[in-house]
This record gives sequence, C-alpha cells and structure tokens, in this order.
Amino acid sequence: MLLLDWLYVGVFAVVGLGMAALPLAIVWALAPRAPYPQKRLTYESGVVPFGQAWAQFNVRYYLFGLVFVIFDVEVIYLYPWAIVFQRLGKFAFVEMLIFLVILLLGLAYAWRKGALEWA
Amino acid sequence: MNWGLEIAKAVGLAVVMFTFLAVVGAMFGVLLERKIGGWIQSRLGPKHVGPQGLLQTIADTVKLLQKEHITPRAADVAIFNTAPLIVAVAGLMDWIVIPFGPTLIVRDLNIGVLFFAAMASLTVVGILAGGFASNNKYSLLGGLRSASQMISYELPMAAAFIAVAMQAGTLSTVGIVNAQAQRGWFVLWQFPAFVIFLIAATAEVNRVPFDLPEAESELVAGYFSEYTGMRFALFQLGEYAEMFGMAAMATTLFLGGWRGPLLPPIIWFLLKMYLIVFFLMWMRWTYPRLRLDHLLNLSWKLLLPAGLIWILITGFVITFF
Amino acid sequence: MGELAVFIILSAITLVSAVVVVTSGNIVRSALSLVPTFLGVTGFYILLQAEFVAGIQVLIYAGAITVLILFVIMLTEGGTGLRVRQINEQVPMSILASAALALLLISVFIRAPWPTAKEALPQYTASGIGEALLTNLVLVFEVTSLVLLVALMGAIIIARRER
Repeated sequence: MLLLDWLYVGVFAVVGLGMAALPLAIVWALAPRAPYPQKRLTYESGVVPFGQAWAQFNVRYYLFGLVFVIFDVEVIYLYPWAIVFQRLGKFAFVEMLIFLVILLLGLAYAWRKGALEWA
Repeated sequence: MNWGLEIAKAVGLAVVMFTFLAVVGAMFGVLLERKIGGWIQSRLGPKHVGPQGLLQTIADTVKLLQKEHITPRAADVAIFNTAPLIVAVAGLMDWIVIPFGPTLIVRDLNIGVLFFAAMASLTVVGILAGGFASNNKYSLLGGLRSASQMISYELPMAAAFIAVAMQAGTLSTVGIVNAQAQRGWFVLWQFPAFVIFLIAATAEVNRVPFDLPEAESELVAGYFSEYTGMRFALFQLGEYAEMFGMAAMATTLFLGGWRGPLLPPIIWFLLKMYLIVFFLMWMRWTYPRLRLDHLLNLSWKLLLPAGLIWILITGFVITFF
Repeated sequence: MGELAVFIILSAITLVSAVVVVTSGNIVRSALSLVPTFLGVTGFYILLQAEFVAGIQVLIYAGAITVLILFVIMLTEGGTGLRVRQINEQVPMSILASAALALLLISVFIRAPWPTAKEALPQYTASGIGEALLTNLVLVFEVTSLVLLVALMGAIIIARRER
C-alpha cells in the first residue's frame, strides 16, 4: 500500500537522524571540552588566516549547475517513457527520439560555446 | 491496518538496518579497505588490534567517541552541526530499496530506482552545507568542487538506470531482479550501462580516481577540513554507506541481485555486492587521481552522450526486434 | 485520522522552514531551509498518492535547484554570514495587508463548492504518467524539450564570459 510504503520511508528518516545524532550525543557527554582561541582559529595550513573566506569566484560553477538542472529535468521525462514505451509501439520511440535529439543539440551547443569548460 | 504495529515494525527495521550499515558497511568496510590496500601494495594492513587486525575499526570508533569536538569560531554553528547528519542520513536512506532476497527488502517502492537517485542527490546538499558552514577557503573550494563533480556524474548514472528500466519495464528493484530471471543478467545485455554506472558510482562517492575534492595534497581535506572527531566519522559513514549502496544497486541492476543456485539468496547477494566493493577498492589502489577538468570532461563529453546514445540504441533494439 | 496528523506535521515543517527562508538574515541558512520546505511538499504529494511526482520533487528541487541556488549565493558577496538587514520599514502595514489577503483566501476556500470526482481518478503512477505523456499529451511533451533547449541557450548566452 502506497501510504504504508512511504510511512516506512518517513520513519527511516526520523530514526536515521536520531541514530546519526546518537554518537554526537555520546561525544557531548564523554569528550573533553577545552576551547581556547588558538584552537578555534580557522585552519589555513598553520598560518594565521588571511582575508575573508570568500573571493569573487568563477561563474563556471554556476554554468555547470545550470546545465545539470536542464538535463536533470530531461532525465525525469525519460523515466516514465522507459517503462511504458514497450507497449506503446514504434511511435513512442520516435517521439522520444525527437526529444533526445533536441536535447543532444542543446548539449552540443553548450559544448561549442564553452559552457562545459573548466578553465 | 494496525498503524501502531506498522510504525513499531518500521522503527525496529530502521534500527537493525542502520546498525548493520554502521557495522558491516562503515566499520568493516574501512577495515577491508585497509587490508586490501595493504595486500595490493605488498604490505600488511592493520594487524595488532584483535586477531589479524579485525577489531581495528572498533578501536578507532571508541577513540573517536572521546575526541573533542572543535568548532571553529568563524563557523556557522547550526549548519556546521547538521551537515554531517544530512550526509549520513542520505547515505543510509538509499538502502530502503535494496533487495537482499525475494522478500528481504525494507519496502519495494514502485519508484525504487528513482528514489535511489533522489537520495544520492541529497548528499550533495549536505556536502555543500558543510563546505559553506566551515567558513574556510579550503572547505569552501572543496565543497564546491565536490558538488560540481557529484552533480556532473548524476546524469550518466541516471542514464544507466533508465537503460536498465527500459529493458526491465519497471522502476521497482524487485521487478528488475525478476526481469533478469527470464533473459539473463543485464550485465550481458547492458554492458555499456554497467560500465557507465560503475564509473559514475565511483565519482558519486568521491573515491579515487575521482577524489580530487578531498585529496590531501590539494585541498587539505576538502569540505571536511574543519570537521574533527565523530562529525568526521559521520561524513565517512555516509560516504561508505553510499559506496556500499552503489555496489548493492549495481548487483541488483546488473548482476542478477539475489539469484543463484544452491546457496540462500542473501548469501548470493552479499557475495556479489562484496565483489563489486572489492573491484571499487582495487580501482582505488591502482589508478592515479584525475584532474578536475579531465574529470568533468569525462562526464559531460563522454559518459553523458554515450549514455543517451545507448538509451536510443536500447530503445531501437527493443522496439524493432 | 492518521492522515490528518501526518498532514499537520508536514504543514508545520513546511511552514516553519518557509518562514525561516523568508526572514533569516543569514543567506546560507535561508537557502538551506529550502530543503525541509521541499521535503514537506514531497510529503504532501505522497498524501495525494502521487509518488512519481514526489520522487522527482526530491530529485529536482532538493537535489538540483538547492545546489544551483547555493552556487549562485557563492557568486554574490552575501555568503560571509553577515546578517543582511531587511531594509523595508513597513512592517505594520504589511502585516495588515497580508492578514487581509489571508482572510479573503481562507473565506473563498471554505465557501467554494469544490466538486468531488465521480469517476475513477487517473493513475498518478509513473506508468500512468508515461502513457499520458506519450499518447494524449505528445505535443506538450515535444514542446517541453524545445522550452528546455531555449532555457539552456538563453542562460548560457547570459552567463558566459565575453570572449
């Protein structure tokens, strides 16, 4: 039954959070606590940290994330097609062929325009 | 339908499953990694703690439980504390849809394989949160690079899932194993998908040759530079649980799951899963690390087009023959 | 009865995280609060028996969109954890306006004669959706791929560096 299935999923999530937090609770009870300022400095290979942790980062991360979102949305159309196309005949395959060709064109465009370059 | 009883059963099953994963997955897995690494490199792994070093990880866990939790002053405390929990829970939730036997599965969800992919993508959020919350240049860069790598490899992995689902006609993991009963294991029919899946799985769990975001000589320890003690162990638990989960999914999708003559189903399943785990660990100790742009090129320019074209080929063959 | 309890819990999770998203001064915390909001909405989809949509909600929203938003935050300067003060000073007026809107909407929802379905509902399973997409809604399906292509090209044109 559907709701029962997902009830298990929900219970798993809650119990999982609890059991993952359990070692942290044990540490909170058992471990020593002796913070002093030098220990709590941000790590930078032994030197005093310089400047903010932020710099003007490259836009390439954003481009990768964006192309990923577009293709992820495409992939979620592939999932239902994959399980029904066998009984819907040749026409279903041709429809998906068109869909995938358009998106492969998109990938080729992104490739040519350098959206997939890291450097 | 006695909801109270069902909830009690679910809680019990969850506790059992997480304990199994923490012991067999993370602790035994770390030990296996060190022993196999030692064997491949012609040295001995851990030997002193317990017979043949078997109690090594237990000793490590006890040690980690008493380590001090150091929170950097500049860190965002709330997110800093929840990030390891997200990674650990996402790695463990994957196991709800893994079939150990014909009825030995927590719940056979109708969207089994899609659920697995969804939980794998939740791990990325935890890693990014950890990288951001540490307020440390290395953590931030490591988190961003790791997230870029993981999202880039989710697409070829999804392509492999779809190719298998096409041949099996269902997204349910039990259904996929049953479909292999009639025509033979999918590793034969869908070998390209198998290769794509193994490569993508290795990259999803940040293992060598794809572990640039956590390489010591590159970025200290990447997104978990500022994490000490048990929080670090939780990140590792999540990663090892996910690695075992990927191996379990590879056996389910490609190697026929629990099917096999003579021995009970769960033994076959564990044997096949450990075979894939051994293969993943073998890759770790054999290959050098890939540079980040090579890694991303491999995913976007080779594996993703190959995966999509393989889907088209599979569809063509199934429709017209 | 059980469903009502689950609904209330899910609504609490969704609404509290949504409030944190809107009001938090720390932008990273605000973006990460989106994740419980999306997971709450996933729960609602499951209560409506739409498990495929629930699965893709987690996959796309909590998995991809959150990551994209976090990447974008990193591109701006707000991520240092500075508290960004909301510069709008019109809090009492806005409380009045939103309360009035809430009253209007709630009264409309309660009084509208919602029709109940007489025939069997269409299947919201993955195979049901797949069949619908490939037979009745084929044109929509193909146009979607064009929309995705245009979105991809547009965003690349806007975001890439000048060569």
